[in-house]
Formats: sequence, C-alpha cells, structure tokens
Amino acid sequence: MSAGVVTPQRAAFAEPLALASGATLPSFELAYETYGTLNAERSNAILICHALNASHHVAGVHAGEADSEGWWDNMVGPGKPVDTRRYFVVGVNNLGSCFGSSGPATLNPATGKPWGADFPIVTVEDWVDAQARLADRLGIARFAAVMGGSLGGMQALSWAIRYPDRIASALVIAAAPNLSAQNIAFNEVARTAILTDPDFHDGHFYEHGVKPVRGLRVARMVGHITYISDEQMAQKFGRQLREGLNFSFAPEFQIESYLRYQGEKFAEYFDANTYLRITKALDYFDPAAATGGNLARALAPATCRFLVIAFTTDWRFPAARSREIVKALVDNRRDVSYAEIAAPHGHDAFLLDTPQYHAIVRAYLERAVR
Amino acid sequence: MTLSMRADFSTIAGWIAPGARVLDLGCGDGSLLSQLRESRGAAGYGIEIDDAGVLASIGNGVNVLQSDLESGLAGFDDQSFDSVILSQTLQAMRRIEAIVDEMLRVGREAIISFPNFGHWSHRLQVLAGRMPVSEKLPYQWYDTPNIHLCTIADFDAFCVQRRFRVIERVVLHDARRVSLLPNLMGSLAIYRFRSA
Repeated sequence: MSAGVVTPQRAAFAEPLALASGATLPSFELAYETYGTLNAERSNAILICHALNASHHVAGVHAGEADSEGWWDNMVGPGKPVDTRRYFVVGVNNLGSCFGSSGPATLNPATGKPWGADFPIVTVEDWVDAQARLADRLGIARFAAVMGGSLGGMQALSWAIRYPDRIASALVIAAAPNLSAQNIAFNEVARTAILTDPDFHDGHFYEHGVKPVRGLRVARMVGHITYISDEQMAQKFGRQLREGLNFSFAPEFQIESYLRYQGEKFAEYFDANTYLRITKALDYFDPAAATGGNLARALAPATCRFLVIAFTTDWRFPAARSREIVKALVDNRRDVSYAEIAAPHGHDAFLLDTPQYHAIVRAYLERAVR
Repeated sequence: MTLSMRADFSTIAGWIAPGARVLDLGCGDGSLLSQLRESRGAAGYGIEIDDAGVLASIGNGVNVLQSDLESGLAGFDDQSFDSVILSQTLQAMRRIEAIVDEMLRVGREAIISFPNFGHWSHRLQVLAGRMPVSEKLPYQWYDTPNIHLCTIADFDAFCVQRRFRVIERVVLHDARRVSLLPNLMGSLAIYRFRSA
C-alpha cells in the first residue's frame, strides 16, 4: 500500500546556524514531509535521511503529478517495512539541496538574489544539526530510529555521535565511515565536469539564464557507473548494440545510451551547485578525523542501538567498510546487528526490495520501536 | 519469534557468570543468547552466516553479526569476551584448530558442545556396516554437513595434545547427565576449557 497523497511542508528557522566551515547561515528553511501519526508519548518517530540526489519526498505521491512516487516508496508506507500505520516518519530535504530547503538556487536574504556560489559548503554534521532543529519544531525529543542508505546512512551515524540522547536506534545502510581515495576520485571527476562547463559561470549561472547541463550530465554518468555492479551491468546491457556498429561516436552500445539517458534526465532536474556541495559533504565525512583516525573512539559517544546493513556486490561502499563501523561499535560494546545482504545490484541495492533486506529492516524496527 | 531449547543450553547457562560478556558462534536464531540474557544478564553477540538465522536473531532482539566463522574472528579484539560458545557447530566446520585458537584468543574461556560419535548406537551401526544415523546425527552420509565428527575420547586427546586446561566436561543423553562410561552412553558432550 502507498502512503497516498502527501503534501510537502516547510519550516523556517530564524536562529542562525553555525556551520562546520566556520560560516554561519543567518536563517534557513527546510522542506519536509511526514507520514503516519506521532503517538501520545512521542516515541514512534523515525527520521529518514536522504542520499545524493533524493529529497524529503520519501513515500507516497504528490497530488496531480504523474510518476511522483517517493524515492523510498518500497520501504516506507502502510504495511511496508517502515510501517506508517505504526511509526511517524519524517523525510527532510538537506541544506544546500535543490528540492525546497535553503540552497544555492534559493534567495539569499541579504541580497535578494539566488545564493549561487555564495551558498556555504555544508557538511553531514551541518545537515544533522539542521535536522535536529526540525525535530525540535515537530516536538520530537528523541527519534525511535534515524535511518538512511549511503550518504543517508552517514547522517544516521552522525546523529548517533552528535545527539546520543535524541536517538534510540540508528540504521546505517550501504554506508562507510569515510570515503576512500577512489570514492573521492570519482567525485572529483564529477565536480571537474561541472566546474569546467562554460555555462557554470563560477556558480552564478542563474543570473545568466543558463545551466551547466553538459557538466551535470557527465557528473551523473560517472556517478551512475559506481552505483551498479559489474555483473549487473553485464547482465542488463552486456555488449548489446542498439543497431549495429556505425563507426561513429554516436551511442552504439546499449550501456552508452543508458548512461546518456540517465545524464540527460538528471541534468533536467538537478542543480549543479547542489551536486558540487553534496559531493563535498561526502568527501569531508570522516568522524574519526577528530580522534586521530580511531573510529572506535569517534563512535564512543554513540550509545544508541545499531543495525548496519551492507550489500555483497556494492563496490562503491563495499561490505568491508560497513564491517569497519561494526568493529568500532563492538569495540565500544554497543548493541549492534550486522546483515550482509546477497544482492546482485551493487550500491543501488539499498533502494531496491530484496526480500531478506526488507525483512530485516521490518524485524529490527518491530523490536526497536514499541 | 519462538525460541528453541537445546539439551546443552542449561549446562552452558550454568557456566556463564552473571553479567558476563559472551560470543555465540553459529548462533542460529539467537535462542541461546536470548536465554543467557534473560537468565544470566549476559551481553554479547552472536555470529551467524545463514540469512534465516540472522533474520530470526534480529526478530528475537539478539545482537547478531552476519559472518563466516571459517574466516576467523578478525572483528574482535584479544580477550574481549568472558566466554566464547560453539554449540553443536564444531562438527560442521572445516578448520577446527583455527576456530578453537580464535575462540581462545578473543575469549578467556571456550565452551564447545558436539554430538558424541562414540555413542553405542553409532558404534553398533558401524559394526553392522553402515554409517550412523541418529537423533543427534540425522543425516545420511551423502547429505551431511558434519565433516569433522569425533568421540569424547578423541576430544579429550585433542585437549591434551593442545594443552588446553579442561575446567568442566558434561556428557548428556536424553538431556540427562551420564557419568558411567560417558564415551559409550553419552550422545552429547559439552566442554569448558581455557588455554594452559
């Protein structure tokens, strides 16, 4: 069953937000959606954190919009693993995004013009601090669970460290304790594609009435490669041709046209300044940096219960990275369960509905949220 | 979720100090850990490779880590548990010496239970020319996961050879203790030992 028609909401915060970079956001807005009902004890709230290209629109549909299912509609809804008949679920759009929360494309209150390149670079920790303000606004002193996949899982981890009294359990899915050099390298290719697009105008392209769509396309294409496993790509596309060899540079292999299509689609709706910032937030995430590289010490403040999930064919954030998180939690004698899901899809598996994966999330939440 | 009760559980529970930290290797549905938590206030983790076991353990509210025991216990520091338990799993493992060494590395004490291949019913079946099939060993030779079966005398010799200090040994049949001719009359053996 679907969560049905949902209406996005906005919350404005007049209190300045101090950022990790040292900059301060004088005020900001967050777009969010909620599903289900907060119980009288306010003990059934679950926060869903989004990854690179998603938003507050987690589940359900928007009225009058075709194909507007939320990005985690298979996970969140009535009777789904995150059952909105039992839990009060909050989806929030992160700062710097382009789907409603304050970001490069929204107006800078000081100038009345879009922030553009002047919107500060934000981190996972900044996002979590902003999310905590939203929790205050919604009257949620403590989340029963904070969960997310990939970059969303990093936010759940950060919640556990920064707000140990405000989170009962963290579900860290297809995540990593930091990015590897290879992960950062892919991000840098994506950023270079955007930064060198002549339509980028140092991030002030809004004023020029153009968008650096070429750079965004390439950024998405390279990112997309890392979301899929080699075996999945081989199975889906192999060396299939569209028509045959034309001895030209037009897309001939199916994988070429697929990647181009993904790039085109993405460049239509995504903001280049947001892409730059989100990849930076990924690169910067490294809770152990504050403890001399010792992840166990970095996680020492995190007292909540954990469920860590990895997927066998994920080569972007391989299972070994999740096991680093598990090891650090075990070293701290924390309550943690770890599931390694056999799935062929690669990193994208966290968005799909492999039965074992969904059964585990369902079973864990049934125990954790009572 | 329902919890299962195996014959060796109450013996093992008796060897766990209140509030002890335990690691249960091959924890299945988490029943033993769940019972140790209830009866002894013990905390710790189970390790399980099977998807159904991991799911059932999570449903039972047990900390379970999905991992292959054959690849060792690299995720655990030396001497970080009071007891490391291997309940009726030894006989299905490939590298016995490696896992026992790992148990004694991460735990102060190892607890191992296994079906006794020396039980008289097994001996009779071998005498009659057939591989034993029994309640404790319900498999046919061609589909058995049990690749390292041993007798109580074999395990005693193993402990001597490896210089393990056996603290206690309990032999059971039909959930009752066997003291007379244990290697002949017992179907399940439970050992508690440390390194010398």
